[in-house]
Amino acid sequence: MLRYLFRRFFLMIPTFFGVTLICFLVLKLTNADPVTASNAGAMSGHQISREAIEHLRHFYALDRPWPVQYLRLVRRLVTLDLGTRWQDGRPISEVIGEALPITLLLSSVSLVIAYVLAIPLGIFSAARRGSRRDTVTTLVLFMLYSLPSFWVGTMLIVYLSSGRFVTCPWLGRPGCFPLQGWHSFEGFDQRTILGKLGDVLWHITLPIVTLSYGALASLSRYMRMGMLENLRQDYIRTARAKGLSERRVYYHHALRNALIPIVTLLGLTLPTLIGGSVIVEQIFGIRGMGFVALEAIRLPDYPLVITIVAFTGLLTMIGVLLSDVLYAIVDPRIRLQGVSAK
Amino acid sequence: MTAKTLVTDAERSSASKLFHQVFKQPIQRVALVVLLVMVTVALIADMLASSQPLLLFFHHHWYVLPNLIHPSGLRIYDNDLLMKHLGVDDWALLPLVPWGYNGHDLTHVLSAPDAVHWLGTDSSGRDVLARLLHGSRVSLIVGVLSVTVLVTIGTTLGTLAGYFGGALDVLLMRILEIVHSIPTILLLVTLLSVLAPEGYSAVIAMTVVIGLVWWTDVARLIRGEILRVKELDFVHAARAQGASTWRIIFGHVLPNASSPVLVSATFALASAILVEGALSFLGFGIPDDMASWGGLLNEVRSNIEAWWLAVFPGAAIFVTVTAFNLVGEGLRDALDPRTR
Repeated sequence: MLRYLFRRFFLMIPTFFGVTLICFLVLKLTNADPVTASNAGAMSGHQISREAIEHLRHFYALDRPWPVQYLRLVRRLVTLDLGTRWQDGRPISEVIGEALPITLLLSSVSLVIAYVLAIPLGIFSAARRGSRRDTVTTLVLFMLYSLPSFWVGTMLIVYLSSGRFVTCPWLGRPGCFPLQGWHSFEGFDQRTILGKLGDVLWHITLPIVTLSYGALASLSRYMRMGMLENLRQDYIRTARAKGLSERRVYYHHALRNALIPIVTLLGLTLPTLIGGSVIVEQIFGIRGMGFVALEAIRLPDYPLVITIVAFTGLLTMIGVLLSDVLYAIVDPRIRLQGVSAK
Repeated sequence: MTAKTLVTDAERSSASKLFHQVFKQPIQRVALVVLLVMVTVALIADMLASSQPLLLFFHHHWYVLPNLIHPSGLRIYDNDLLMKHLGVDDWALLPLVPWGYNGHDLTHVLSAPDAVHWLGTDSSGRDVLARLLHGSRVSLIVGVLSVTVLVTIGTTLGTLAGYFGGALDVLLMRILEIVHSIPTILLLVTLLSVLAPEGYSAVIAMTVVIGLVWWTDVARLIRGEILRVKELDFVHAARAQGASTWRIIFGHVLPNASSPVLVSATFALASAILVEGALSFLGFGIPDDMASWGGLLNEVRSNIEAWWLAVFPGAAIFVTVTAFNLVGEGLRDALDPRTR
């Protein structure tokens, strides 16, 4: 196991170089440098002298050939010396440190909700295979699966938050949910712990709904398929022949094996934590990783973009590895030494 | 047509057999009808919604299909203005939706659905229904073209890796893993904001970019299938007969490896339409002077009370994506022996 992990870890290194290199080259196409970035940003309208521009370009090593720039970038990423963002000179580590917990909060809560609902739904559907209820459940889940999250989020805001359609009078403002942010801007610091918790929950309800239904739909479909495939196996027939109760057959025998694909999917959802948050955070105006990433791309603020892409790429690689390891843990038939790491 | 009933299952071509199997279920048939309607709408969008008439007799002149030709004599007129200037002998045959996708009706800015604009207007007074009808073009073109690109790249690289193996396989699989590890949506947004394309080049740019990022699944599928198929007896037989490598690949290996790709491509088509919507929704996709469903939804972000800008384009994306997914599902059930 350890040897396997070691080998996989070393294989990650060239991949990491590849991901950062592609991103670096794409951003090179923009010809963006801190001078144009700050011209577009806060300092717009100010005339910057030629010497100042040259000085800045030298400071960021933009006057060196691109392989040198790239290697400097990698060195900074590896040593976690992330630098500052061009837009306002704030340390990138600080920007990410602020944004990441919000994204993690949103995605972990929605993932837990999706798993908690998907597993029983899948079992229920598989147990009543072919019945009317199963058909309806399957169809509804299928439609949820095709439902664009940017539409759902927008509809939730239009109908529940805008105040045109529903209003909760006790809130003292139009609409039942906030329009943006993950907490109230006014008086948040003065609230008690419980008040803060309630406020955050109220703010993240709609984003969580938007984030979780898609995962719920695909997870429960996997769960149903997994159950059906296992219920067809010989060992289930054996278990039934032994006279075990249906309950025991389902929950003790079939469920255990049907959980395998679902568990391994957990690792693969890791990279979607940030990718999926881009749209939801944009709709609900939540300043998480996706929001910061999009802002950085718009400017463009390229140390920040590269950092985020590298980070997400790393998460993807870890996620793939994690899902392989989880697979080996939950399924004793899999031997990692034999698995090719290609 | 009478002969059709006499054709037995075995006599049917494999393509038509597959077709019958995929569209056995009523729900898949509904999906097929939806898609056919969608394609028809995309093809004849100019006839359904246009700022100029289909046929016009105006100031003693005949104008045939001015909605397509836009003759210079009518340049200043849209349907609305034309109706006001029609003489006693003049007449016009208007399209079903008498608004162009880029025609600004400044008397109806951000108006809710009514008799004049059946699905309302956006913040610049453009007819939502007209933009919806024309937007189907962008969605379908992006879907079909990007899938063509990704299947081409994926099949080529997957075949090379699977058939030739060795160092080439290792190298290609490394590249695959790199591309797979790049966060798709961030890369798409970055590339599109760099290219900042206009007009139809935006559509092309988007399809190429989606294709360049998404070929990994197809490549992996093809590689796996080829590894499986190339050791089968009939391939050995072909090789023993002296068939060239290319003949073996194109004539024997690829056709047998194609069915999982067909399924994957159908699902990818749905995803590409979804991603086009998402990118346009975020404001990085199709420029505003072209009609796209995601672009319409994007307007809701600054006008959150305009429900008609949210409901209709979103529903259009949803219906199209669901239809493609249903067809993909039907294909998978028909082709995958495990679910039979």
